[in-house]
Amino acid sequence: MKPVNHKAWFLVAPVLLLVAISAIIPLMTVVNYSVQYVGSTGRFAWVGDEWYREVLHSEKFWNALWRNLVFSGVILAIQIPLGVLIALNMPRKGWGVPTCLVLMALPLLIPWYVVGMIWQMFGRVDIGLMGVMLRDFGYNYEGDPMDAWFTLILMDVWHWTSLVALLAYAGLVSIPDAYYQAARIDGASKWAVFRFIQLPRLGRVLTIAILLRFMDSFMIFTEPFAVIAGGDPVFLSTELKQTVELGKKAAMSIIYFLIILAVSWVFYAVMTRNDGEPTSADKARGGGA
Amino acid sequence: MARLDLSNIRHIYGPPGEGEPQYALRHVNQAFEHGGAYALLGPSGCGKTTLLNIISGLVHPSEGRVRIDGVDVTDKPTEKRNIAQVFQFPVIYDTMTVRENLEFPLRNRGVAAAQIKRRVDEVIEMIGLGALARRRARGLSADEKQKVSLGRGLVREDVSAILFDEPLTVIDPEVKWTLRTQLRELQRRSGMTMIYVTHDQTEALTFASGVVVMHEGQVLQVGSPKDLFEKPAHTFVGYFIGSPGMNVLPTKVDGAALRIGEYFAPLTSEPRLRGNPKLELGIRPEFVRLAAEGIPATIERIEDIGRHRIVRTRMLGHSVTALLQEHEPIPADPHLYFEPEGVHLYADSWRVELSGKPAP
Repeated sequence: MKPVNHKAWFLVAPVLLLVAISAIIPLMTVVNYSVQYVGSTGRFAWVGDEWYREVLHSEKFWNALWRNLVFSGVILAIQIPLGVLIALNMPRKGWGVPTCLVLMALPLLIPWYVVGMIWQMFGRVDIGLMGVMLRDFGYNYEGDPMDAWFTLILMDVWHWTSLVALLAYAGLVSIPDAYYQAARIDGASKWAVFRFIQLPRLGRVLTIAILLRFMDSFMIFTEPFAVIAGGDPVFLSTELKQTVELGKKAAMSIIYFLIILAVSWVFYAVMTRNDGEPTSADKARGGGA
Repeated sequence: MARLDLSNIRHIYGPPGEGEPQYALRHVNQAFEHGGAYALLGPSGCGKTTLLNIISGLVHPSEGRVRIDGVDVTDKPTEKRNIAQVFQFPVIYDTMTVRENLEFPLRNRGVAAAQIKRRVDEVIEMIGLGALARRRARGLSADEKQKVSLGRGLVREDVSAILFDEPLTVIDPEVKWTLRTQLRELQRRSGMTMIYVTHDQTEALTFASGVVVMHEGQVLQVGSPKDLFEKPAHTFVGYFIGSPGMNVLPTKVDGAALRIGEYFAPLTSEPRLRGNPKLELGIRPEFVRLAAEGIPATIERIEDIGRHRIVRTRMLGHSVTALLQEHEPIPADPHLYFEPEGVHLYADSWRVELSGKPAP
């Protein structure tokens, strides 16, 4: 009998070590906190799933979660179509290309907190350009949660639509010319070209754009913190910031993390479900076997 | 169905630069008769795809006019020209089924539903996609995808011409042969004008009744496969068509014969030449005989290709190829003899037409 050598497993060790340090161990410490009560003297006491139950029964948590979901939904509904529309209208050659790319990249280069500050000032009803202009319509983000909400959405669209546009642009320029030529031969309208060539070919980059924008918007913290400094509307992240007990904080973090993981996975699974479709050649091989 | 005329077509890609312009097409005058099966044959980069795209309107020529049935369409966009084109690599609409792909060109032109159904059924039958008709095109293999592209080219009945740009490159050799035969059959039956671009001479010669040989942006010769073989108008045609290609040797004219060194190869009549061109003798390997007398040569290599043998020889410092029948003997002290009806004279690479009458 041939002896089996398991030494090859050692080759995986460096990766395991890296993943352990970068992800597993920090996460497990959070898990550890979430099932204990941490006293002011540094004493730990086992409390089981008590923190989790408290979080899941708190109305504040559910309200924050709901606001987060609606926020992400709204900004996705605006940024994705808008980004694609911008990408479709960006020039494909000449000096317009670098100009457009640089202009589009500008908002992405501004630090989050600065973006928050810019909009905080921009929206002020006493000195901000937008605030003053909208004052007569009753706009005041400091007093009205809906106005604050509106400001945050506007800010996020301003900050991140260009990311979607740049991704979509990259997707568009990678479509071979032959597709457009064939469409011209087939007499396809502009809409048909978009519907049957551009949109399907953008599928993958849009998947990435949606995932990135969802995760990022769902975790939004810095900007609302800068703009409304802990006032309404409260997101999960700002709610987390306001929570004092370490154990509850940890439990909330775990729940938050699991929600993002689950939703991202659902998005990904739904959007890539067609990719794995077997080719007829595969089927023929399968049938012959 | 229609007649296509290209007059004085020149094309340069990109903006006009300094210095000598790089013409993709140097000067093309070419007519494609109604109902003809044409092949555009030439090596890669000779301008044949450019020419095709100029006909379909995907490329606007730098100079010259394109006419369909006498109507100038040079400035008309592709969609208004009523021309179908199939590309070298498969272009399919991923999210549609095979059937929807084939319906697409007809739907875009507002063809009646019943007619679409009838026509698509016919095409599906013809290219053998019946089993796949309801499948989403995304999951097909490369040659199935190319069949779909081919089908979209064939589905419109009223087109002026169908252009094929090396459409069978990605298809299996076996299927390739069948499809080509079917295309030819379809062309004969429907009488549609078809132009088929290829760099494969077998493909061109089996598909077309008229072969247009192109090289470095110009048309060298237009003719039947027989013409191209028997009377290559340019040394490149002789070299490119036929396997192995024509032998080309430097020569001098001496009365009704060509002189190579101290030897003579007889011509059917005395050529009339103007100026002082570069003269070459062209002879296909089929017309080179190995004999006991003639011009002495040494044999370098013999390749057995089944029914024939290719004999590579060296004669007066030039390599000359001969094609021998299977059982033809090879003499011990070989000499080469050129059969007069196979000897062509080229002046500056172009064939000199000899009058049929023997030299006085």
